[in-house]
Amino acid sequence: MPVSEATNVLIVGVGGQGVLKAGQVLADALVACGHDVKQSEVHGMAQRGGSVVSEVRWGARVFSPLAPWGAADFIVVLDDVEGRRAAPRLRPGRGRLVSLPAGPESGLADRRCRNMAALGLLARYLSVPVEVWHDAIRRALPPVTHESNVAAFEAGRRHDPDGADHAASVG
Amino acid sequence: MSVVHETVEAGKLLLAGNEAVALAAAHAGVRMATGYPGTPSTEVLQTLAEYGDRRIALGWAPNEKVALEVGAGAAYAGARALVTMKHVGLNVAADPLVTSAYTGVRGGFVVVTADDPGMHSSQNEQDSRHYARLAGLPMLEPSDSQEAYALAREAFALSERFETPVLLRMTTRVCHCKSLVEPAPPEELERRYGFQRDIPRFVMVPGNARKRRVVLEERLARLRDYCEQTGLNRVHGDGAAAAFGVVAAGVASQYVRETAPGVPVLTLATVWPLPLARIAEFQRQVGDLLVVEELGDFLLTEIRAAGIPARGKAAPFRLGELNPDRVRAILEGTPEEPPPVPADLPPPRPPVLCPGCGHRSVFSVLKKLDLIVMGDIGCYSLGALPPLSTLDTCLCMGAGVGLALGIERVADEQEARRVVGVIGDSTFFHSGMTGVLDAVYNGSRGTLLVLDNRTTAMTGGQDHPGTGRRLDGTAAPQADVAAVCRGLGVRDVRVIDPYDRAGLERALREATAGDRYSVIVCRRPCLLAERPREVRRFVIDAEACRDCGACLRTGCPALEPADGFVRISEALCRGCGLCAEMCRFGAVREVQCP
Repeated sequence: MPVSEATNVLIVGVGGQGVLKAGQVLADALVACGHDVKQSEVHGMAQRGGSVVSEVRWGARVFSPLAPWGAADFIVVLDDVEGRRAAPRLRPGRGRLVSLPAGPESGLADRRCRNMAALGLLARYLSVPVEVWHDAIRRALPPVTHESNVAAFEAGRRHDPDGADHAASVG
Repeated sequence: MSVVHETVEAGKLLLAGNEAVALAAAHAGVRMATGYPGTPSTEVLQTLAEYGDRRIALGWAPNEKVALEVGAGAAYAGARALVTMKHVGLNVAADPLVTSAYTGVRGGFVVVTADDPGMHSSQNEQDSRHYARLAGLPMLEPSDSQEAYALAREAFALSERFETPVLLRMTTRVCHCKSLVEPAPPEELERRYGFQRDIPRFVMVPGNARKRRVVLEERLARLRDYCEQTGLNRVHGDGAAAAFGVVAAGVASQYVRETAPGVPVLTLATVWPLPLARIAEFQRQVGDLLVVEELGDFLLTEIRAAGIPARGKAAPFRLGELNPDRVRAILEGTPEEPPPVPADLPPPRPPVLCPGCGHRSVFSVLKKLDLIVMGDIGCYSLGALPPLSTLDTCLCMGAGVGLALGIERVADEQEARRVVGVIGDSTFFHSGMTGVLDAVYNGSRGTLLVLDNRTTAMTGGQDHPGTGRRLDGTAAPQADVAAVCRGLGVRDVRVIDPYDRAGLERALREATAGDRYSVIVCRRPCLLAERPREVRRFVIDAEACRDCGACLRTGCPALEPADGFVRISEALCRGCGLCAEMCRFGAVREVQCP
């Protein structure tokens, strides 16, 4: 049977890290680019500090809201333990873990914006125009936080995990 | 963020299924919407509240039965009404639901029931489709947000056309997954609402009900014709080259369409009554018919009973929710689960009570007194998890009261005195009050703790009759648990701050030793709902700490084992002081806040 044509991103972390908000911004930006998008998340007891996963899938036409096992093109890691848990879901050979280094070296002024910084890092690999990202961030968050979140997103986007100048682009 | 949050692509919205149902109800001219919070259904009403159409009468009901009756009343009066609940809530509402099929309705009446296959946040994974057959009500089931919108709109029209309540069955993945929705133009209904007397129709005494029973059967026959004809049941894909065809409903049909693009799929939007002639025709086209449905073989059983040759899934797939990998296995006819999760993954991260939660304080006292604790549905269910392990039952809403009474009635004196009930405030108003009435009436000598945190915390902090606020944000009279208990006839009612563990221990010792029914209201607002003005600060003196683990046995996430001692996370600690009381070496010290 044919392999799914959709591009799949998992954003993983724990309650309170802004996993769902990051998924919302990503999905919104992809819709703005004209893709069919499906997003899945788990609510309820996740609020009590459990693992949180947001799955975002896009393409010309997406049916399932859940990505098959071993089909994640990117896993955005907000919590290292959750990153290890999700890692086997990467597409063999092609999938990529996207994670910011911990601590001050990530260049983040505000730790609460770490989710947007991680999206900035993901943005290096996706062909979504930067203004579309910024608009999506502004739509998702209260105005008073726009500046710090866009700054965090930009810090993530400037961060070069491999020291390479150009990242491969999909999506 | 509001559902009316527009995306750049004109006209299309990225909505969760629950948001799509809310938008559809608003666009269908709904005038009454109520329900009780329950994952995964809760966001339907919250979204309608955000939508802000003041013509819609909105409100959380104390429980699902009341909600269904209020909705039916509005529909009797000619208004379009929406009632929402989770699957187990439909059990609570089942009494008015089943008989409302006899009376029928005048305005469109849609009952949303959200099932939770896989039990993400539920105590069972019952399949609500059985209620449609049991009650003789039409049931529609969407497979994504676009269908949730379209079927909710259709449900109101269908309800009015056939004068029947309509069930809209959702599941967790349809409720909470987002996909694009293209809304249709809203309807503007010009109606006057009021009740017109029709005693033979609305008074279900036996003589009238026998006649309405016949009406119900006639209506079902006409509904069968509708389900055969409607364009909502659709075939996707071309059957010419395929070796088999699939009948599916709900999110399962999306999994099939993604996993096997070449296989023709008849997606059923009307899961009751079933379009059996349509299915038979499809079977003749494809020959080999496979039924792919989440949970039990509801569709398969009906299809086979109609004499249509069909095959289903292997037994293991009747349990839990489906996903693309499990559906692939079903399509390939594999009886085994898909490749399991690798064994070397980090251990699962169970949900825990928040740092500073008053419930932890209560459970630490219950544990110390070694009581038998009849629990209930809410955050405090987490008291059953290690290291607290101090909650002995969790059955359904309100059961903490009744189970304790039952054990007391049969156990010997010594054992009976160790049994206490534990219930939350929202759950108390939902269905705990009647249990308390039973306790008073039948002379119980037991003890009930009401953990009153002034919110419906587990589902995300919804208001209820005790919070003083309504769903639309307006102020409301505040029901008082202690006053209600006194009104029900409880003579020994105490109110205590759960952080006062010495006081709580004393109260519990007295109550369990006493000869009358006692209610102890442990009152402290949920930290997620109300941030306290002052927070105490504690640190652990690494020199004094013996690393005995006593503090860690509270299960507080703010305590972090370090090298030879325990550390308090300043970011997580909310200053409840429980760890300080647990420490026999005085290592946990309160410090002044800067």
